[in-house]
Amino acid sequence: MNNDENMNSEERLDRLAETRSQPGDHSPAGEEFVGEEGPISIGAVETEEDGDPATSTQLDDTDAHGRGEGVGEAQEVQGLSQGQIVLRRFRRHLGAIFGLITFFLIALVSLLSMGLGPINGLWRNQDPNKYFDPVNGGEPTLQFPSWLGGSAGGWFKLGPFPFGQDELGADNFAQVMQGVQTSLMVMLVMGIIVLIIGVTIGALAGYYRGWVDNLLMRLTDTVITLPVIVVGAVLGKLVYTLPAKLNAPDKVINAIQDYMPVELAIALGLILWPSMARLLRAEFLSLREREFVDSARVSGASNFRIITKHMLPNAMGIIIVNITLLMSTAVVLETALSYLGFGIQSPNISLGKLISTNQGAFATRPWLFWWPGLFIILIALSINFIGDGLRDAFDPRTKRIPSQAKMDRAFAQRARLQGAGAAGVPTGGPQVDGPSTTGATRSGKEKR
Amino acid sequence: MIRFLLRRFVTAIGILFAISIVTYALLTLALDPLKDLRESTALNKADLIASRTRMLRLNDPWYDRYISWLGNLVQGDFGTAWRTGQPVKALLPGAMATSVQLVFAATFIALLIGVTIGVVSALRQYTAFDYAITLVSFVLYALPVFWVAVLLKEYLAIRMNDYLADPVPNWPFLLALSLIAGLFWTGALGGSLKRRLAIFLIAFLLTLGLLAGAIMSGWILNPRLTVVGVAVVGVAAAFLFTILFAGMKNRRALYSALTMAVLGAILYFPLQYLFVLQADAMASQVVGSVTLGTILGIGGILLTIGIGCLVGWLWGGDDRGVSMRIAAITGLVVAGTIWVDQLMQWWSIYFDNPEVRGRPIATIGSVTPGFHENYWLSQIDKATHLVLPTIALVLISFAGYVRYERGATLEVLSQDYIRTARSKGLSERVVIVRHALRNALMPLASIIPVDIVSLLGGAVITETIFGWSGMGKFFIDSLAGDMIDPVMIYVMITGALAMAANLMADILYGLLDPRIRINA
Repeated sequence: MNNDENMNSEERLDRLAETRSQPGDHSPAGEEFVGEEGPISIGAVETEEDGDPATSTQLDDTDAHGRGEGVGEAQEVQGLSQGQIVLRRFRRHLGAIFGLITFFLIALVSLLSMGLGPINGLWRNQDPNKYFDPVNGGEPTLQFPSWLGGSAGGWFKLGPFPFGQDELGADNFAQVMQGVQTSLMVMLVMGIIVLIIGVTIGALAGYYRGWVDNLLMRLTDTVITLPVIVVGAVLGKLVYTLPAKLNAPDKVINAIQDYMPVELAIALGLILWPSMARLLRAEFLSLREREFVDSARVSGASNFRIITKHMLPNAMGIIIVNITLLMSTAVVLETALSYLGFGIQSPNISLGKLISTNQGAFATRPWLFWWPGLFIILIALSINFIGDGLRDAFDPRTKRIPSQAKMDRAFAQRARLQGAGAAGVPTGGPQVDGPSTTGATRSGKEKR
Repeated sequence: MIRFLLRRFVTAIGILFAISIVTYALLTLALDPLKDLRESTALNKADLIASRTRMLRLNDPWYDRYISWLGNLVQGDFGTAWRTGQPVKALLPGAMATSVQLVFAATFIALLIGVTIGVVSALRQYTAFDYAITLVSFVLYALPVFWVAVLLKEYLAIRMNDYLADPVPNWPFLLALSLIAGLFWTGALGGSLKRRLAIFLIAFLLTLGLLAGAIMSGWILNPRLTVVGVAVVGVAAAFLFTILFAGMKNRRALYSALTMAVLGAILYFPLQYLFVLQADAMASQVVGSVTLGTILGIGGILLTIGIGCLVGWLWGGDDRGVSMRIAAITGLVVAGTIWVDQLMQWWSIYFDNPEVRGRPIATIGSVTPGFHENYWLSQIDKATHLVLPTIALVLISFAGYVRYERGATLEVLSQDYIRTARSKGLSERVVIVRHALRNALMPLASIIPVDIVSLLGGAVITETIFGWSGMGKFFIDSLAGDMIDPVMIYVMITGALAMAANLMADILYGLLDPRIRINA
């Protein structure tokens, strides 16, 4: 028994070594290992064979593929649902966890300090456009604790204006926090719009093919042809001029201007959906040829049911990853448009607009410039990291590859154990998770 | 193939037509050309509004105006920018040329560095170097360009200009820079612990020594390479390219490359006379619409490639192609070095120019206003204006290329043919350069045409911040000035170019990858 176990784990180590020397992570076997279709199709056959309902993914069957990829992991995911597997993979991605924490901290601080809509927050100044007498010459009163090289003793000291004041005396902290909220709101609304339009169009085009596909894809081409920043600027300008041009009553104009960020977010959603539609269409084109769609159709499911109950859940990975990456694009795009003067206008506050109003004062009041920029970067960066983690988590081809040092250690241990004739070689072992291997989505063009 | 092209062409026309209708309708809603008049306090306000309404036909329904606009466009009339009364046709060429100038250098540099680092990062997958590059590219990816631009203006232009007035070594900064250089090369070259230590020390000391030496000897105020510098660069390039693309065993390739380095060093002196004697003529003489300097430059590049190929061919051997390529590339490097050396020799004159006043790095515009000097000085002037926007553009677009190329290389490295190449005993260099790199570069064929063609559309934000009157600024200014004709032309041009680029990418990919067949 002991010997048997030893053999098994040795084999496993060999396979891991093989994997290590193949850094590409892309294997034909990999796709079946945690397929997008979840444990349905492969699992059904295998459960009968080895009589273990929990074994939904192959264990030693991977040998059939000759490369033994992912053997170590196959054991880990034994008996887990697709969602649990994804969650586990996501949790292992250090960058993604940091991104998630940063993102939630930013959102939390912004919401707690400035409140939400009519609900007041905890910060003493709830009106970012109100002017105060300058304190300390308008310089930031935020003091760092001594262990960070500051002068505030054991902990942070906020003071009346932690991020300083501008020339007129407005509270920069309140402004930045309000701007963060605007960014988050734009991101959220844009995400919902893209989700609705992109998923509907992509799913219909991929499922029905034929003339529906042709028509919808030409529509997508039309929208995707122009640079996002160009269409965004036109739409931003539209949102701004339209009410004044229509000679609407002041009340309507004011209402429209108050909700400017929402309108801009909707406009951004209307131009950012094509990438989602294209990706989903491609996924649907391959999914619709799968057996489980056939069997659903044979058992009498309607088209609507097949799309929503059978195919969409299998395309969840692509949707979630794409929407996350689009959100970071939206944040940068909104700030860029506001910077150019075609986005959010006063009295609303955007981080991009803060930078454009304050850039002239960089030499005298650099803090007005540093803080909004820092928050734009933090938001975009954390979302990108979350997106990267999600992509790795959903991508069945990503595997954990042990680092060379860990492999060396494991081999040394095996040699030692072999010498002693003992059992209990480490299996799998603590492993490092590699960053994503698939090509980065290139959505950087519009940032120029 | 013809059917494919025809089909794409017809689709493109249809899409452009749809875009033009939708954009025109949107723009009629979004633009408000009467805004300034409505808010004005002029006594004849009503008259002014009436006359402008008549001029812009604002009382006609938008589809009437659209149809007449389309009719004019088909006849080649691009309309006018009504605030200045200039015809759009006259504005376009200058704007396009400025945009291309700005974005060409940035795209080229970003592509070169990004792809190289992407490949190296993939080869060193799961090392500290790889993680560091990934982190840096993520951060760069998240940077908003307008924020970077303001920082660059402050630190790289204003502070740098102050610093150049009296350069003394800033030791902590130099040490930090050298440390980064040392770590970078250690990570990129890799190897055993001993090798890495050696690389680190060499890179660290070399960077520190060169930087400190350049500053302390006053070299940065009066830089030059001289013939020695040209020869050193040439020989280094010859060895580098030979090691990379042919291997040191291929002596003929090495000798061809070295021949080019020697040729460059010999031609250095006669060229000096040519450069100085022709400096004024190169800037003032215009052939067609380009200056003599540009023509000489392009001619020089072609001539260098020709000589390189000839030298490679003359050295003979079984594999003349490799020798020819390596000789040509080395020749280009040497020629570029000679050109840069000439620029350096003019640097102190430029520095003391009354228009420049010892503050060489410009923050705004594409040329110093009122600067009419000889070819070399105007090249330097162009370069000092290009520095900041180019760095800003490179910083933000470089990350995309790194991620893209890293993914592509990893994909290729896991292919069976790489394993085959290794198992039949090829050296790692041959496996990487011949088998992996070529295939890993192929996916670039689908993005490079798009990036190159979109140069003509300009960089909207960057141009606005740095005050370059290129296409992007043309668009933003027209939109802000409520002028529909220029905005429509911009939209049509960028749309048409984007579709042309996509078509080009498809055809190029079809040519490169035999597995893809182009047919309708």
